[in-house]
Amino acid sequence: MERLRFFLNDKPVEETGLSPTTTLLRYLRDRVHLTGTKEGCAEGDCGACTVVVLEQDSQGTPALRSVNSCLVLLPMVQGKRVYTVEALKEGGKYHVVQETLARELGSQCGYCTPGITMAMLEACHRRDMDEPWKLDAQMCGNLCRCTGYRPIREAAGQVAGLRPQDRFARALAETRPEPMALAYEAGAQRFFTPGSLDALWDVLDKHPDARFVMGGTDLSLEVTKRYAEPPLLVSLEALPELHVLEPRAGGHRLGATAWLTDLEDYARVACRPLERMLRYFGSRQIKNRATLGGNLCTASPIGDMAPVLISLGAEAVLRSRAGERRMPLEDFFQGYRRTALGRGEVLACVDVPAQPEGARATAYKVSKRRELDISAVSAGFRVVVDGEGKVTEARLAYGGMAATPARARRTEAALVGQPWTEATLEAAVARLDEDFKPLSDHRGSAWYRAQVAKNLLRGFFHETLSTPVPRLAEGHSATVQVR
Amino acid sequence: MSTLPFSPDAARGQQSEPTPTPLHAPAPHESGLKHTSGEALYVDDLPSPPGMLAGHLVTSPHAHARILRRDASRARALPGVHAVLFAEDIPGENQVGPVIHDEPLMAEDEVHFQGQTVAVVLAENAALARRAAALVEVEYESLPALLTLKAAVEAGAFLTTPHSIGRGEPDAALAAAPVRLSGECMTGAQDHFYLETQASLAVPGEDGAVHLWSSTQHPSEVQAIVAHVLGTGRHQVVVEVPRMGGGFGGKETQAAPFAALAALGARVTGRPVKVWLNRDQDMAFTGKRHPFWARYSAGLDPSGRLLALEVELFSDGGWSTDLSHAILDRALFHLDNAYFVPALRFTGRVARTNLPSNTAFRGFGGPQGMFVMEEVLNRAAELLGLDPAVVRERNYYGEAPHNLTHYGQAVEGNRLPRIHTELMASSNYARRRAEIEAFNASSRWTKRGIGFQPVKFGISFTTSFLNQAGALVVVYTDGSVQLNHGGTEMGQGLHTKMRAVCAHELGVPTERVRVMNTATDKVPNTSATAASSGSDLNGMAVKQACEVIRERLRPVAGRLLQLERGGELDSIAFAGGRVFLPARPERSVTFAEVVHAAYLAQVSLSATGYYRTPDISYDRVAGRGKPFHYYAFGAAVVEVEVSGLTGEHRVRRVDILHDVGTSLVPSIDRGQVEGAFIQGVGWLTCEEVLFDAKGRLVTHSPDTYKIPAVGDAPEDFRVALLERAPQDSSIHGSKAVGEPPFMLAIGAVTALRHAVAAFGPPRTPVDLASPATPEAILRAVEMARAAGASPNGPA
Repeated sequence: MERLRFFLNDKPVEETGLSPTTTLLRYLRDRVHLTGTKEGCAEGDCGACTVVVLEQDSQGTPALRSVNSCLVLLPMVQGKRVYTVEALKEGGKYHVVQETLARELGSQCGYCTPGITMAMLEACHRRDMDEPWKLDAQMCGNLCRCTGYRPIREAAGQVAGLRPQDRFARALAETRPEPMALAYEAGAQRFFTPGSLDALWDVLDKHPDARFVMGGTDLSLEVTKRYAEPPLLVSLEALPELHVLEPRAGGHRLGATAWLTDLEDYARVACRPLERMLRYFGSRQIKNRATLGGNLCTASPIGDMAPVLISLGAEAVLRSRAGERRMPLEDFFQGYRRTALGRGEVLACVDVPAQPEGARATAYKVSKRRELDISAVSAGFRVVVDGEGKVTEARLAYGGMAATPARARRTEAALVGQPWTEATLEAAVARLDEDFKPLSDHRGSAWYRAQVAKNLLRGFFHETLSTPVPRLAEGHSATVQVR
Repeated sequence: MSTLPFSPDAARGQQSEPTPTPLHAPAPHESGLKHTSGEALYVDDLPSPPGMLAGHLVTSPHAHARILRRDASRARALPGVHAVLFAEDIPGENQVGPVIHDEPLMAEDEVHFQGQTVAVVLAENAALARRAAALVEVEYESLPALLTLKAAVEAGAFLTTPHSIGRGEPDAALAAAPVRLSGECMTGAQDHFYLETQASLAVPGEDGAVHLWSSTQHPSEVQAIVAHVLGTGRHQVVVEVPRMGGGFGGKETQAAPFAALAALGARVTGRPVKVWLNRDQDMAFTGKRHPFWARYSAGLDPSGRLLALEVELFSDGGWSTDLSHAILDRALFHLDNAYFVPALRFTGRVARTNLPSNTAFRGFGGPQGMFVMEEVLNRAAELLGLDPAVVRERNYYGEAPHNLTHYGQAVEGNRLPRIHTELMASSNYARRRAEIEAFNASSRWTKRGIGFQPVKFGISFTTSFLNQAGALVVVYTDGSVQLNHGGTEMGQGLHTKMRAVCAHELGVPTERVRVMNTATDKVPNTSATAASSGSDLNGMAVKQACEVIRERLRPVAGRLLQLERGGELDSIAFAGGRVFLPARPERSVTFAEVVHAAYLAQVSLSATGYYRTPDISYDRVAGRGKPFHYYAFGAAVVEVEVSGLTGEHRVRRVDILHDVGTSLVPSIDRGQVEGAFIQGVGWLTCEEVLFDAKGRLVTHSPDTYKIPAVGDAPEDFRVALLERAPQDSSIHGSKAVGEPPFMLAIGAVTALRHAVAAFGPPRTPVDLASPATPEAILRAVEMARAAGASPNGPA
C-alpha cells in the first residue's frame, strides 16, 4: 500500500493509517504538534491556518503558494513541500517577514498572525506585487479583528517582492516538486491521484461513482463542517493535459485543473473580463487551490466563473475514454448543482473563442463585502456593436439570479438589432424581470438582486461609453466605477 | 502620526541627561515576535496533559421548548466515552449568571434558545465525543418563541423594569421648540469574531481542586462561578489566562460557562478536560452586541441647537440577563455623546427574546446610545440644510451650567473644541466638502460624502466598586523581575504598557521584566479587563507595588553608594538598570547589585500593589452622580464613495485625532484607535447578524458573517494622538483607549448619508438602515432618487 509522503519544513514525512480526509491543519496541530498554525473557521474564510506549499504552478514551474491548511487534505500535498510558520525562524533569527510585521505592530492578539505571516511570506517571494491593490488582493484572505489592517498593509508593502536568500528561495531553486500519482487507502476510505488519463479511465471504470477533487476548497467543507468521510476521492492533479492555459484559434484554451491564480495571471494579459472577475473571486489562498473546473462542476448558481465565460461564448470540452464532446457552457448547467457530465466523463477544459470585431465585454461581482465573499449577483456581459452603432449580438449571463448561471435571453433579444443607446438599454432592462425571479436570502433580497441585475447592465452601458472600443477600462475593480 | 507626545514625567525631571525609560515611547507589542513565529501559546496550544478528555456540548435545537425526556444510555455505552453529564450531575449550583442568577449552566426542564447546553459529553477525543453527542436523546415539546426585539417589546417580555434619567421639562420644551423631529432607528447585533474561539482546559488536583487555563477577560469571575458550580471554596480553584486571541467583551462573562463545563467534567471524571468551541458553535452559542431599537422626539432651534430630547430605548438582552443592565445604563449615559441638551428624558428597558444572551462588546451600550443622538443630529442637519459638522459644534458641552451631563457629572477638561478646530484644519474638511459637492454635481452614478464625528466617552466601570485592581511584583536576586497584575492580555497591548510602567518604576530595561500569565492565585479578586480600564487600574497598582520595592531598596542603595546624608536617599534615581544620584551619575551601582545586597540584608523583594479609583459614585435610583473618573475625547473625518448602481461603498480617507492623554506607549494606542475604528465600521456597514424564523443563527461563520477585510480599510488612514494633553490623576498622565475610538466610526454613517442624499434633490431626507450594507444603501439611494427628479439622475 502506498504511503503519504511529503516534506514538512524540509523534513521528509511518511504516514500510513491516517484517513485521507485528514486536513493538513488537523495533522499539523494534533499529530505533529505544530500549534503555530491556528484554526479560526475551518472553511477557508479567515486565513489563520495559512501555510505555504512549494509545488508546481499550472505551467510546471515551482512556486511558493499560500494555502488554507484547513481545506487541504493530506493526499493533496503528496510529494510537495509544506512550510508552516515554525519554518521561518532560521538559526535563532527571525525572518524579515516576522521582524517587519512585529516592528509595524501588525499583530495585536496574534491569533491571525501566523496566517498573515505566511501570506506575507508568499508575497515576499512573488515578483508581481507592484501595486497597492495587488497587496490587498494578496492579503484579503486573512481576517484580522484587532488592527484595522493599516499596519499589516504597511508591513506587506515593505516585504513584498524582497525575495531574500532564505530557505524558501533555496528550495525554489533546488527542488522539483512534481505532482505524484497516488493510490492511498486507510480504513474504508480511498484517495486516488491517477498519473495518466488512461489510469484515470481505469479508475472510473472500476468506480463510476468516484468524486473528483482538486483543491478541495468546496468539497473539504463537507469534511470540516459536516464531518463527512467520503469513501473515494479522485484527484486530477497529476494530469498535465488538463492544466493547459494557452491561446487557441484567436481565443483561449483554459484547462479545467489550472489553478485560478495561474488563470488570473494568464487572463491579465489575455482576457481582461476574466481577470476582472478573478480579482474578487476569492482570496489568494483560495485562488491558489481552486480551479476553473472545480468552480464550474459544482454548478453552484453563484459560481463566479460561469457568467463571464458564458458571456464570452465559451464552450465546455468534456472527455471520457470514448473521446471528446463539446457544448456551449450554458448548456453544461442542467439544473441546481447538476451538470451535463456523464459517467466516466470529466470536464477537460473550457474554450473561449476569439471575440468578434466590435465586441465589448466585462464582468461584475456584487457581494456584501467586496473581498472574499460569495456573490449576491455576478454578471458577464458581451455585446457586439457594428459600424453603424447597432447591436448585432448580446450575451448577458448572470449568477445568483436563478438555479443555475443563466443568460437573460429576453433582455438579450431586446438589444439585438437596436442601436446601442440608453433608450435601447432601458427598454431591455425592463425585460430582466421576465428573465429572472431571484430568491431572497442572507446575501440579498429578491428586490436587491433584481435591482442590481438591472443596474449592472446600466453600468456596463455607461462604461462602454466612457472607454474606448472595444476594450473596457484598465483597472482592477470588478465593481461598477462609472460616473 | 504624532511625534513623541509631551511627557509630564520628563518635564518634572531636573537632570540634564534624559532618563532612559520605555514610557511614552513607541514600542512593538510585547508578544509581537512570538505572534509572528507561532511561539505565542493560547489555551488550545498548550501541551495536552496525559489522559485529557474532550468535552462536547449537546445543545438545544429549539428556540424555546420543554424538555420531556433525556436519555444518554446509548452515548454512555460507546467505548471511549467517560461520562455524559446533565444538570443533576452538578455537585454545586446549576447557575452561571454573572449578576442576576437567571442562567443555568445546563438546562433542566426548559430550553430558551437554540444552542443552550443540555448535556456535556466527555470522551477520549473530539470526534468520539461528537459522535456520542449525536446519540444523546432529548425529547422536546416546542413552545412559542420571541425571536425579534420588536416582537418581545410588543409581547411585553422584559428582563428589566424601565430606567430613566432626566432633566428639566422635556415635554414642555419639545412643545415649544420651533423645529421638531421624531422617528425611530435600530442598530444591529455584532458578533465579536475574536479569532480565537472560546477555550478552557481544566486539570483536576487534590482535595477537589481544579486548575483552569481559560481564554477569559475575567479570571476571577470564572473562578467564582467554577467554585459555585463545583460547590467548593474559591481557594480550590485557580484560573490562569495565558493570553487571548481577541476578546472585545465576548470573553468577559461568556467564557465562564465553558470553563465551568470543563471543570465539572474534570471533577467527575478525574481527568483533564478541554472544552473548545469551533467557529460555528462559538457564534451560535454565545451572545453578541445588543441590538437596540430607539424612538425619539427632538426639539431644536433653526440653527440646529438642541432644546429638548426624549428617547426611549429598548435593547435585546437575549434569553438571560448577563450584563444587559449595565449595558443599557451605559447607553443611557452616552446618549448625549458630546452635546448639551437642556431638557431631556432618556428611558431604557431590556427585552427578553429566545436568542443567545447578548453581552459586553467594546463600547458596552455606548455606541448604541450615541448612534441615536447622531441620527437625530444628521436628520436635523438634512432638514435644516446645514453642514452636520456645524450642527455638532453648536451643541458641544460648554461652560457651566452648559457643562453638566444629564446625570449631573460636569464635563471637565473638555477637549472637543480644541480637537474640533485642529482636526477640521488638518483634514481640510471645508475644502474637501466643497470638492465633494462639485464632484457629486458632475457624477451621475457615483457620489461621495464626508462625515465628521466627535466622541466623548466616560471612563470607569459604572458599577463603582469594580474600579479596583491589584499587582504582585517579584524581584529575583539577579535583578530580573516577574510582573503579575490583574489584567488580561487580549491583544490590546496591556502587558506591553504594564511592562513599561514596571520597567520605568524600577529603572530596569524592559527585557528584564517578564509579564506572567494572569492568574487568580497571584492577584486575587480582580475585576474584568473591560471598560477600557485595564491600563488605568492595573497601571496604578503596578506602579504602587514597584514603589514599595524601590523604597525598600533605597537604604540599601544608599549604603552601596556610600551616601553620607540621609536626605540624599530620596534623590536616588533608578534608571537604565542602574542606581545613582542624579547629581553624581558617574558613581552608580547596577540594579542587580542593589537587589542582591538587599537580599543579603534580609529585605523583602516582592510586593503587592493596589489601586482604587477615587471620587466616583453613582446613585442609580436617582440617576445622579459622578460615575466616571474622566472623559476621553476624539473625533474623526470620514470620506466615502457610494455606487448608486450597487450600493457598494469605499472608505476613501479617514482622519482621526484622538485624546489618550499622554500616551503610555503611543504605537500601542494608535493600534487601538485604528482597530476600534475599523471594528466600528464593520458594525455599521458589513456585519449583519441574521436569525431564521426558528431562531437559528444563519450567519454562523465567516462564510456568511462578514467582518471587514483588508480592502475595507481606508485607502488613506491618518491617525494622530492629541499632543500636550496630560490627564490628571491617571497613570503617568495617560487615558484609556480601548473603547472610545470605536464610536468614531459613526462618522462613516454621516458620510454615507451625505453621499446618498446627493442622489436626490437638495435637503433630501435620508432613510438609511443599519448596518449600511450595499442593499441598505441601494434602498436609501432609490428612495433619494424617488424623492425628486435629480438633475443628473435617471428618469
